[in-house]
Amino acid sequence: MNSFTFTQAAAVAGAVQDKAAHEGSAYIGGGTNLVDLMKENVARPTHLIGLKKLGLDTIETLPDGGLRLGALASNADTAWHPEVEKRYPLLNQAILAGASPQLRNMATDGGNLMQRTRCYYFYDLATPCNKREPGSGCSAIGGYNRVCGILGTSDSCIATHPSDMCVALAALDTTVRVSGPNGERTIKFEDFHRLPGDHPERDNTLEPGELITGLDLPEKGFAKNFSYLKLRDRTSYAFALVSVAAALELDGNTIKDARLALGGVAHKPWRDKEAEAMLIGQPATADTFRRVAAKVLANAKGYGENTFKIELAKRAIVRALKQATEMKQEVDTNAFLNSNP
Amino acid sequence: MSQVTQAPPPVALAPTQPVSLTINGQAHTLQIAPWTTLLDALREYLDLTGTKKGCDHGQCGACTVLVDGKRINSCLSLAVMQEGSEIQTIEGLGSEDQLSPLQQAFIDHDAFQCGYCTPGQICSAQGLINEGKARTEAEVRELMSGNVCRCGAYSNILSAVMEVVGRELKIEN
Repeated sequence: MNSFTFTQAAAVAGAVQDKAAHEGSAYIGGGTNLVDLMKENVARPTHLIGLKKLGLDTIETLPDGGLRLGALASNADTAWHPEVEKRYPLLNQAILAGASPQLRNMATDGGNLMQRTRCYYFYDLATPCNKREPGSGCSAIGGYNRVCGILGTSDSCIATHPSDMCVALAALDTTVRVSGPNGERTIKFEDFHRLPGDHPERDNTLEPGELITGLDLPEKGFAKNFSYLKLRDRTSYAFALVSVAAALELDGNTIKDARLALGGVAHKPWRDKEAEAMLIGQPATADTFRRVAAKVLANAKGYGENTFKIELAKRAIVRALKQATEMKQEVDTNAFLNSNP
Repeated sequence: MSQVTQAPPPVALAPTQPVSLTINGQAHTLQIAPWTTLLDALREYLDLTGTKKGCDHGQCGACTVLVDGKRINSCLSLAVMQEGSEIQTIEGLGSEDQLSPLQQAFIDHDAFQCGYCTPGQICSAQGLINEGKARTEAEVRELMSGNVCRCGAYSNILSAVMEVVGRELKIEN
């Protein structure tokens, strides 16, 4: 770890000013990813701005019926919050599918969005990586890429965003609230994370110095028909190879509204609105789900070790939509991931 | 011999700063560098070596302690981030004369071999009990997955934790 200074921010405005005053500085929430990246010398901030005393850790119902998650609320407190359990069980299950109990106690909701890829080469200073060192090359293309992306990749980078929570937030049409040198603004979740293109060093669309202050969930939580299916190399405490957040609104067996987002396959949570539109008005059957799965993966590209993810993602979509329809897990993968509302 | 070239001046280290923590009920103020993790502060500055350093990357759980009653990985938290927090380590869960229920259960169930992961396992299990979410074996397994045991003592760890979870449930009912 390099030398750095630390201040505990007392207010959002002060944190934003402190950030602007220190070149090379970084905000720190729970620290679960940033401290690790600093130990590996992947991140080398000169100054850290602690956020834990800002407050912003409450979860409150909004006048429009939605729910606001404070950026500093912990992942664990969010998952187990009574309103989240009752109205947004998809979010509850996605959070509980990720990390470990210790990490979920430390990690903040804002920080969950800001975590960086777990691509092996991003962490390995001895190898080229465009995300870590722009212009140096991508070692994952032609290398060990079992964990890498198959959708929206570029010649510069095939890394994936590692979050489970964000896959559910994408499916639920969350709005990200940020504060920065130019005041406050909101960002639609689908516009928050970006695809790598020629600038994989940029994970998201935050402007310099901007700080996430909260996440707003709309009223509609799809609490009746949902599934978060996570497929990974071991049953607990591992990143997704493929994950699927599926949420349906059903009228009998006819789909009235649908949400579908994938994790583990792209540089951002992969939401396909055209595929969602294909579900609406259709019967909730395996045939419908297979057509939609084929559409989502139509432009997928494998890189050798991860090519299996294309078929895996298709089957995961079909299974997640079936589980959401029937509200029954096909196989018990995790004690807390039973679709029993 | 005259010096031909002068060595570059050493790079200035960031100054140390104070941090106040309550550890096992006792107030401490430490003057430490900001990069000191909570784990290193406990072990190197307070001689509380019960908390173990395993992977130092949040993957093994050996460094688990309780902060304000919640279990965390002390290796991934900077001590300065914990200003004002109440920290409980394995040394604070029980004493030699009076072991905590989990400590006693780990002995009764032979829930360790080398013992290196045990303080983290016990602190994590205490956090699990504080959370009150796990009731069945499958749930305890899932909510203990942040603690790795290289000896593979998992089945006995599970039965030790289940015994104390079961007792808690009886009290609840």
